[in-house]
Amino acid sequence: MAKLDLNRVPMPKQEPEARSENYDEVALGYSDEEALAEANRCIQCKKRPCVQGCPVGVDIPEFIDALRNNDMPEAVRSLKAKNALPGVCGRVCPQETQCEEVCTLAKKGAPMAIGRLERYVADWELNHQNDSNREVAPATGSRIAVVGSGPAGLTAAADLAKRGHQVTIFESLHVAGGVLMYGIPEFRLPKRIVQAEVDYVRSLGVEIKLDSVIGKTLTVDELQEVGYDAVFLGTGAGLPMFLNIPGENLNGVYSANEFLTRINLMKAYLFPEYDTPIKVGKKVAVIGGGNVAMDAARCAVRLGAGEVHIVYRRSRNEMPARLEELENAEEEGLIINLLTNPLRFLGNDQGWVYGMECIEMDLGEPDDSGRRQPMPREGSDFIIDVDTVVVSLGTSPNPLVPSATEGLNTTKRGTVIIDEGTGKTTKAKVWAGGDIVTGAATVISAMGAGKRAAASIDAYLQGK
Amino acid sequence: MYQIVAKEDVTPQIHLLEIHAPDVAKKAQAGQFVVIRLDEKGERIPLTIADWNRQKRTVTVVFMEVGKTTRKLANVKAGDSIANFVGPLGRPTRIEKSGTVVCVAGGFAIATIVPIARAMKQAGNRVISIMGFRTKALMFWEDRLRRFSDQLIITTDDGSYGREGVVTVPLKELLEGTQKIDRVIAIGPTVMMKFSSITTLPFGVDTVVSLNPIMVDGTGMCGVCRVTVDGAVKFTCVDGPEFDGHKVDWDELMARQRTYLDEEKRSLEMWQQEQAGG
Repeated sequence: MAKLDLNRVPMPKQEPEARSENYDEVALGYSDEEALAEANRCIQCKKRPCVQGCPVGVDIPEFIDALRNNDMPEAVRSLKAKNALPGVCGRVCPQETQCEEVCTLAKKGAPMAIGRLERYVADWELNHQNDSNREVAPATGSRIAVVGSGPAGLTAAADLAKRGHQVTIFESLHVAGGVLMYGIPEFRLPKRIVQAEVDYVRSLGVEIKLDSVIGKTLTVDELQEVGYDAVFLGTGAGLPMFLNIPGENLNGVYSANEFLTRINLMKAYLFPEYDTPIKVGKKVAVIGGGNVAMDAARCAVRLGAGEVHIVYRRSRNEMPARLEELENAEEEGLIINLLTNPLRFLGNDQGWVYGMECIEMDLGEPDDSGRRQPMPREGSDFIIDVDTVVVSLGTSPNPLVPSATEGLNTTKRGTVIIDEGTGKTTKAKVWAGGDIVTGAATVISAMGAGKRAAASIDAYLQGK
Repeated sequence: MYQIVAKEDVTPQIHLLEIHAPDVAKKAQAGQFVVIRLDEKGERIPLTIADWNRQKRTVTVVFMEVGKTTRKLANVKAGDSIANFVGPLGRPTRIEKSGTVVCVAGGFAIATIVPIARAMKQAGNRVISIMGFRTKALMFWEDRLRRFSDQLIITTDDGSYGREGVVTVPLKELLEGTQKIDRVIAIGPTVMMKFSSITTLPFGVDTVVSLNPIMVDGTGMCGVCRVTVDGAVKFTCVDGPEFDGHKVDWDELMARQRTYLDEEKRSLEMWQQEQAGG
């Protein structure tokens, strides 16, 4: 066997100058040769720590082995046996803190580029008609309602459909995919990839009803009355959180949810061909340090803002964004203002924002989150000229289902209380998972929750 | 897709659509709204529910032509379909027996107030209605509102029908009069709701308004419909659309409603040019 290569095969990307003017995908994906070279680095170790590191337990060594044996249908089958959305996960999972972090190769050099290989296999399937993984168990006669078609709901629906249950997904928006459609931008996750994976879930026999707002159009109790044997709630994130400082309702101040929904779901970047507008000025400040903040800032660059700032109150070490996203953002010319916290927004007499008063921060002792707590440095306030602000501080859980469902208990923060191991809520025959349970988190953790709940629902239905 | 069962041009600029939407028809209540999207490239806009028919499984909306979307919607005919129709959204009007309730409506909001007046009447209230229009030609549904009103007052800005002037004048007279007014519900253009609330404030009468900020998803996700009520941020789509008119920050709401005026104008002009060209 050839000497172990400690460096991973790099991912080709669009050049920063070109990509900041288009919405095409930034990361271009491996060629066949690149994928094979990367796959050949895998030592197929016995301990398989990567599988433990994956929230949905993908048999990573198996799919990589199939890939390097050039058995692509088998690679797809192996991957999709555990993960209904590999094209999505290969692009947006934080592999560096999951499967790749624990890779045996990481002890000596760069870990396997598992995410890139996952994406390669998923994209291969998209380009080759392949029905190798549509096996579903004989019909059980059980009916399951899945509320929400984001990562948690799609995963739960796919797993339950494969086990022979009849699944209906209720989606409030006009397309399926949830945050994958409204939240994550085209240049990081093309919508045709999302729709191809939604179509795969449909092909397993799952029905998707759009325009259906559970809690309003129908309630959970009504779903049970009309004969659904189990209900899974994957309703995801709700209302955006704000700083609660003066001027936050000025025109030109967006929540990241609104900013990204206009752009991604409603295609405001194609206004006026599409009807939904968006207004982005010359100087944009995005408040927050997560992946959503990076997405919003990179959208602002593409919408023609001359100067885009990321304003974050802690230091670079505490930033929740993936390193890869931060690097991509910096390559595109974003200015990162660390240890900076907004105090108020300044508005003109027409109600439009024109500036933001900020204060510099110092890091003190670790707080409840284990991160060093930012403390304002007295007398350090200053004003940044801005004409657009995007507040990206996370979201609170959507209140529609909990407020309309008797017996469904929530925490003080509004998240639905579940049993960790099974996803069971306090209401009989109702399970939940994803952001509605955890608050804003990752695509893959929501998928893991969907998977756990599906296993528990299946066990319950079998025992009936 | 949702089929248009009937269309009526209520006035040249105000139109009624009866839409086949079984799930929404089953649940609709007075004061709630729907979000619609016309086609693949369309925007999502909220429209208040004017009526529903649970047997026919239809929901009726009434809207005025303002921008591109409402003008395109005005071109829709019975038998056509629209892409999306979601609801019923928002909290319904609190209907209870309060005593004497004054229902004030301006312009095409008459359509919104009719089911509320009907529910108020059915709950055993004495209902006094005030409907105001710019001019007689824009007036509609006098007979429908009269059916649920113990007293009906009509105003037109130019005096072409009913009393000359705006709705706040008879509203103030009622408040100053001998009969006790227990509740006021004012729905219409934002400026009309603002001044109705200012009118009732000195009398301390409970005043409900139905706000119409910009919305996108309408389901508690995007946050664009935030308004300040009693110093706190509220989201119209899930906390409203009805709020205490005495506590709404009206100037902020009106500024926020103007956010996309330039874009709306541009969008409409481009569409009109396309129409003229094609």
